[in-house]
Amino acid sequence: MVNRTDNNTKISVKNLNLYYGENHALKDINMDIYENTVTALIGPSGCGKSTFLKTLNRMNDLVENVRITGDIMLEQENIYDEKIDTTVLREHVGMVFQQPNPFPMSIYDNIAYGPRVHGIRDRKKLDQIVEESLRGAAIFDEVKDRLKKSALGLSGGQQQRICIARALAVKPSVLLMDEPTSALDPISTAKIEELMEELKKQYTIVIVTHNMQQALRVSDYTAFFLTGEMVEYADTETLFSYPQDKRTEDYITGRFG
Amino acid sequence: MMKKKTRPAETVLKGLILFSALLSIVLLAVIIIYVVNRGIQNVSPSFLTTVTSARRGTKGIAGNIVNTLLIIIVSMVIAGPVGVGAAIYLNEYARPGKLVQIIEFATEVLSGIPSIIFGLFGMMFFVETLGLGYCILSGSLTLSLMVLPLITRNTQEALKTVPDGYRSGAIGLGAGKWYMIRTILIPSAMPGIITGVILAVGRIVGESAALLLTAGSAKLLPVGIFGKKGLFSKIFQSGGSLTVQLYLSATSESDFDTAFGTALVLLVIVFLINVMTKKLTSGMNRCSE
Amino acid sequence: MKGNLKKISEGAAKYIFLLFGSLAVVSVLAITFYMFVKGLPALAQVGVTDLLFGTVWKPTAAEPSYGIFYIILSSIIGTMGAVLIGVPIGLLTAVFLTDYTSGSPRGRKLSGILTAAVELLAAIPSVIYGLIGMMILNPFMYRLEKIIFADSETHQFTGGSNMISAIIVLAVMILPTVINISASSIRAVPQSLRSASLGLGATKLQTIFLVVIPAAKSGIMTGVVLGVGRALGEAMAINMVAGGAVNLPLPFNSVRFLTTQLVSEMGYSSGLHRQVLFTVGLVLYIFIVLINILLSNMKKKGE
Repeated sequence: MVNRTDNNTKISVKNLNLYYGENHALKDINMDIYENTVTALIGPSGCGKSTFLKTLNRMNDLVENVRITGDIMLEQENIYDEKIDTTVLREHVGMVFQQPNPFPMSIYDNIAYGPRVHGIRDRKKLDQIVEESLRGAAIFDEVKDRLKKSALGLSGGQQQRICIARALAVKPSVLLMDEPTSALDPISTAKIEELMEELKKQYTIVIVTHNMQQALRVSDYTAFFLTGEMVEYADTETLFSYPQDKRTEDYITGRFG
Repeated sequence: MMKKKTRPAETVLKGLILFSALLSIVLLAVIIIYVVNRGIQNVSPSFLTTVTSARRGTKGIAGNIVNTLLIIIVSMVIAGPVGVGAAIYLNEYARPGKLVQIIEFATEVLSGIPSIIFGLFGMMFFVETLGLGYCILSGSLTLSLMVLPLITRNTQEALKTVPDGYRSGAIGLGAGKWYMIRTILIPSAMPGIITGVILAVGRIVGESAALLLTAGSAKLLPVGIFGKKGLFSKIFQSGGSLTVQLYLSATSESDFDTAFGTALVLLVIVFLINVMTKKLTSGMNRCSE
Repeated sequence: MKGNLKKISEGAAKYIFLLFGSLAVVSVLAITFYMFVKGLPALAQVGVTDLLFGTVWKPTAAEPSYGIFYIILSSIIGTMGAVLIGVPIGLLTAVFLTDYTSGSPRGRKLSGILTAAVELLAAIPSVIYGLIGMMILNPFMYRLEKIIFADSETHQFTGGSNMISAIIVLAVMILPTVINISASSIRAVPQSLRSASLGLGATKLQTIFLVVIPAAKSGIMTGVVLGVGRALGEAMAINMVAGGAVNLPLPFNSVRFLTTQLVSEMGYSSGLHRQVLFTVGLVLYIFIVLINILLSNMKKKGE
């Protein structure tokens, strides 16, 4: 399906099916996600792209009546193995949400939250992680003088970058982003897109987006979802230039969605 | 690499959460079992229909039951219309501003005053200044002030759920405001008003401190309806409620049979009231859904 | 003619409702007025320090003494004790009712049963709490007392009617308030904060205690303050279990609170003794007003 193989496979999804009660929400998904790339998931609302994203760090476990079959290999480990500790999994696979959701605490405490939860208490170490993470999310210079102030006082775009920094602070290798810019203005969006370019050098990024231009701008690979199926998956250029499936073509040319 | 971690601190915390949650249920069970166990043998038909009398050799709380009912009725006759009326004023007549703020603040303060203070005020004002004496009327007036916020608030909530279309519809047909309130608003808000009234009754049934200081503790049954010893005159005479009787039985009279019998009767009433409010509020939710 | 009548009834209705509405204001003013007018004279007559900070309460002695310091102290200690016990238990119960049981049908059923139990606890009359306390707590305390003070020559035996009993009864009585208010403020915490925390690899409990409860802090504090008000104002139940001697508020001492002082002595007091009781009422009232002011400030901040 996908030809470019200059990157190692980071996540390998095999025969993934997901049911909400009777509703078959994800149908037999097979997909390899490559290390240090940005993979975009596109498709109309309700197509299952967000649901699929959440299977990658098992956030769907929290939803009632969800049943999942199939395997997702993160490097060598099946993350749906019974012995997996989901909290440890989520250290490896971080997540950024649609709405910026900083905790009602100081900027510092927001970033230090993850490391603290995972047992880091040493003040110097925390200081270092906080600075690194804020730099990583390209917001350190904007907030370095107000680390002790509430994160809620920041603008929406800044808050979202704080949330990215917060996710980076637990040192994940994969970063899931669920429409991270849909609540933001164009300037903030541009900043975050720029940031993703930088981040993929160290992280594997999977992003759900409504915005096809964004997928084109930021991603290396794109998967098109429709009613729970993954219709087509290819490197972004190919998918947008030579869609193989009629439905993909209809969608990217704006005929529905 | 991602094997399950053991977290001993979390296990302890889970234990504490379960313990706390269980505690409420255990407490309730202990109270019910204890009261039923000690009370049931005392609650006989004669216990409910006679008055304790050494001369006749009877033991009963009929007088206290009547007193409690009288207090409920008189309090509600006063607080019901006033509370509902206040809510109507706040929601329908008043324009948002200082006055509404002051009234709502006062209502809130009133609901935060403990019953012993109401009792003290009732004693100073109704019993002494107005010269009503220790009687059911003094007690009822005192309790009316106490339950006023309950009724006002519940009515306000109910009025808020009545769609504005009802109001403009009626006014558009040329009905006066008061006519519209009488014929449209009050009937639509009735379930909420009744909930408030039942909650207030529950509060009155359980009240003791305020009554001890205002309504006295007599336990005689009224004779007839109108005469000097009749039901109506009783309103102006001393009368101890069930709770006051329970208190006196358990303390100065050291009559624990009566105390537990009374406690059982009170528990049954309180539970019935609880069931009724539940039925009403769930019915209301169904309507609004 | 008919139109006139209608006009009159329309106009009258408005003013009658205004009258009813202002009754709450009038009541609060009247209560405040009476509390001060009746409570201040004794303060002047006995002297502020002698009354508020005197430790000897002998209102009916030949040379009467009206010190209510121990009474004030007992109310404060009793309330603090009740809050110290009741708030953690209530908060943990609220956690159980909300986040802990959400997410499974069985959990929600358990939570529903517990909610019903808490509602009933709130509805039980305080005299019944007092009665149960007399029958269960006091004998138990008496047994402890006999063991602890077996060799003491100075301890006044109380039969188990003591401060600890009062604190336990009060703690139980404030539980429903603390539980209900904490639970509703925990429910009001946005789901997105929980997702954020779980997404960072926090456990459910870490999420509850490190994110949800801090975010619900102001609501929980409101519950605590309401609980303080409830404990401070409770009279009958603790009057039945606390003994009722004016004493230093030590755990195994028979004690008297501001409220129980009124309940037990108002009936027979007269003269200056009675006036001092009004002062006791005033002190209690001032405490309650302060709590109310605190509450309304907290609510304003919350908005």
